[in-house]
Amino acid sequence: MLKQNRNWSADPVLSVEHLTMRFGGLVAVDDLSFDVGRGDITALIGPNGAGKTTVFNCVTGFYKPTEGRIALRRDGSVTPEALAELTRSGRQYAEGDKGSIFLLERMADFKITEVAGVARTFQNIRLFGGMTVLENLLVAQHNELMRASGYTIGGLLGLPGYRRAAEAAKETAVEWLRRVNLLDRADDPAADLPYGAQRRLEIARALCTNPVLLCLDEPAAGLNPRESAELNTLLKYIRDDHGVSVLLIEHDMGVVMEISDHIIVLDYGKKISDGTAPEVRSDPKVIAAYLGVDDEEVEDVERDLEVKPAPTRAEGDAR
Amino acid sequence: MEYFLQQLINGVTLGSIYGLIAIGYTMVYGIIGMINFAHGEIFMIGSFIALAVFLGLAALGITFLPLVLLIMVIVAMICTAAWGWTIERVAYRPLRGSFRLAPLITAIGMSIFLQNFVQVTQGARVKPLPPQIQGGLILMDSHDGIVVQISWMQIIIIVMTVVLMTAFSLIISKTSLGRQQRACEQDRKMASLLGVNVDRTISLTFVMGASLAAVAGMMYLLYYGVIDFYIGFIAGVKAFTAAVLGGIGSLPGAMLGGLAIGLIETFWSGYFSVEYKDVAAFSILAIVLIFLPSGLLGRPEVEKV
Repeated sequence: MLKQNRNWSADPVLSVEHLTMRFGGLVAVDDLSFDVGRGDITALIGPNGAGKTTVFNCVTGFYKPTEGRIALRRDGSVTPEALAELTRSGRQYAEGDKGSIFLLERMADFKITEVAGVARTFQNIRLFGGMTVLENLLVAQHNELMRASGYTIGGLLGLPGYRRAAEAAKETAVEWLRRVNLLDRADDPAADLPYGAQRRLEIARALCTNPVLLCLDEPAAGLNPRESAELNTLLKYIRDDHGVSVLLIEHDMGVVMEISDHIIVLDYGKKISDGTAPEVRSDPKVIAAYLGVDDEEVEDVERDLEVKPAPTRAEGDAR
Repeated sequence: MEYFLQQLINGVTLGSIYGLIAIGYTMVYGIIGMINFAHGEIFMIGSFIALAVFLGLAALGITFLPLVLLIMVIVAMICTAAWGWTIERVAYRPLRGSFRLAPLITAIGMSIFLQNFVQVTQGARVKPLPPQIQGGLILMDSHDGIVVQISWMQIIIIVMTVVLMTAFSLIISKTSLGRQQRACEQDRKMASLLGVNVDRTISLTFVMGASLAAVAGMMYLLYYGVIDFYIGFIAGVKAFTAAVLGGIGSLPGAMLGGLAIGLIETFWSGYFSVEYKDVAAFSILAIVLIFLPSGLLGRPEVEKV
């Protein structure tokens, strides 16, 4: 049973290795390594300032990491040799029948969305407020549309290929709107929606880019309990029915503990714990980090509980 | 009354030309928040290209007027669009991450460069074009000898403007490209994260603005019959004023502002003095901006490009 839970080391969709991000003298992320399992909901948690958003920004190309490798595997058949080969070659990604690998730290942010298939949301809502709810979802699918429209000339002439693509895009959008309960508001400006609905729309929009990995930065922030519950259902649906892997930052422990298959805990830019929800919850290091206990006291606690220090155990798991 | 009607017709014609140029300013401002001061020169280049095409076709012996006009407008739009694209590519894109004033300064530099380039290559003297489309519809013929007339040329200008405006509004509101432009205008970073190619969208915005300016340039040439390297400056400033008056960033605002400036100018010239028409136009701009700082239609919620 325990082995079965270790999906992230058996089939990782994303591997972050020795990631370091320095801002001048400040080390925001310090030699961080973790894996995100394919089809898992993985939560990145930690106290304020632990470096969670920095990790996100590195994964999605907002920051260029000071050091480290961030590899995204499109499917499970990628061999370590292929990855090493790609790293040596200096190219950004390799697509092939042996499975596609993308080295995200080498790619620009829009390439990461377009080619690698990583979508993200932000802590603050960044919808296109002046556009309608439906248009917000159509923008996210524009790549396919542009290709089909022959870069708009076809769209103007109403070529059948374009019309088909436009219909398909609309269908996808409508399907997601139904899923997030916003179908009746499709033609309203996105800015008019209530906060919780805007959050759901943002997630739906990210999904319209057809990602393999969806990164959510505090999706439950500012939601009331009912909206949080809806979010949980949505995230589980995404994982179970669409096979999208989800990586999220969240402070709401209710959400995190309920839906996460895998939790990574950061503190001061370092990983202090890595495991399933019950494992992390009972980890004294995590408790110490959240409650603000001194290191000595942590050692005391560890001695009392007779557990091995958390980092060693976590590394053991990753191997 | 007859005099008023005649001025109204003239004002709408002039306003249409200003409006077409103003769209270029307002679209570029909407998407990258920059005033493209070289846009007036794009308009001027459009009229020179149209003239060159006309003379070339005449030399080839093609004189069937509808065909000539059609070739003129197509070639002028394509060539001018290429100019717009190139200007964005060489003068603005490299400075995109730079501080706010940098692209403004290159825009002014580009404007001066283009003016001088045309002056050197085409000469400083005015280029005449004999009137091609004469006659018109007499709407009213009163006894005291005042005739209200709308010339065929004016009809062409107004109809062409309405058609182009409608087409561009449809592109902005209905097509995938238009959605992309609106998305870039609202949040460029987010648009790029959703896979929108922001650089290409900006380039296409310049291309669209420039091709509209080319049509305006060609109609200016046919309407007034003389062009020189300096027409872009005056028309550019007027159109920019129109864009600000209508609310910069707003597409219908640009058209409305263009009409307003055209009408103010014509009526002032007709009833007061020709010398002070620019003073009138800019004074009204100042007054409007004091009371409506974001222009006539420039509310943030208004659909913009």
